[in-house]
Amino acid sequence: MGIQTLIWQVTKKAFTGGIIGLTISDRFCSVVPVRGDSMSPTFNPQRDSYLDDYVLVDKFCLKDYKFARGDVVVFSSPSHYKERYIKRIVGMPGEWISSTEDVIRVPEGHCWVEGDNKASSLDSRTFGPIPLGLIGGRVTRVVWPPQRLSKIGG
Amino acid sequence: MGSSSSFWNVAYRQAMKSGVFVAKVYSFLHVTTTYLAFPAVAFGPSMIPTLHPSGNVVLAERISTRSRKLSRGDVIVLQSPEDPNKIPIKRVIGLEGDCESFVVDPEKNDESRTIVVPKGHVWVQGDHTQNSRDSRIFGPLPYGLIRGRVLWRLWPFQDFGPIDDHNLKK
Repeated sequence: MGIQTLIWQVTKKAFTGGIIGLTISDRFCSVVPVRGDSMSPTFNPQRDSYLDDYVLVDKFCLKDYKFARGDVVVFSSPSHYKERYIKRIVGMPGEWISSTEDVIRVPEGHCWVEGDNKASSLDSRTFGPIPLGLIGGRVTRVVWPPQRLSKIGG
Repeated sequence: MGSSSSFWNVAYRQAMKSGVFVAKVYSFLHVTTTYLAFPAVAFGPSMIPTLHPSGNVVLAERISTRSRKLSRGDVIVLQSPEDPNKIPIKRVIGLEGDCESFVVDPEKNDESRTIVVPKGHVWVQGDHTQNSRDSRIFGPLPYGLIRGRVLWRLWPFQDFGPIDDHNLKK
């Protein structure tokens, strides 16, 4: 009888902890790994994946979607919504972006994102401007590895 | 001195207990409304006659949108591609791969266009097409902007009932 109540207590505490943790991760901030080198040298300056950067993603910015050019953001891919990318906003609504052939105006409610490593980045130059609603958070810091701890400015 | 320090002890412990309780309630509400179901207020003319322009409270669920089980005829809550702070409610008319033909500007002329809905997108329209900003204006909607599927009208009581699918499900 004692063991059963103990297991039940532990399960209840774990469940509650999980729910609170999920809420903190969704509403306040979370830590995500950066894969690939499309944001090199800002993230993952070397190619070995066992040294991938982990970054802190702030979720407070999602309250009214106030972003600025230069913000590094996490967003869902417009064509594969389960895939998430990390890129930098280089164009806000109303601004003009020059691509190879012509000049494009970023529509209202959208933004133009590009990787810092232009040679190796799948971004708005391929899939066009993304709706701001697809953004899942703003990267504020690198938190791992310890020697790369830094603040990501605007 | 003995009684005053235990007063602050008791006060501190009460504050912690209340704080933990608030955190639990807040988290429970967040997880339920983000992953299970949430109520939404709908107003405006774009979904007449399904929804009343002066307002309905509807119940929307999140389970089919996370597992991609949407079909034509579903009424969905979405985030507008024109303004992420706006949360319109529209009906799914086409899924990815469908050909959608529509009149571009019915008030100007009959010029029409045909678009194939790209991968990862859906085509949405309001039921009251004369007064609805939808995919005919902002294009196919990326799946990532879908916030939930509307199941029931909850309020006012004379409107209580499920949302019908306009015979679009085949």
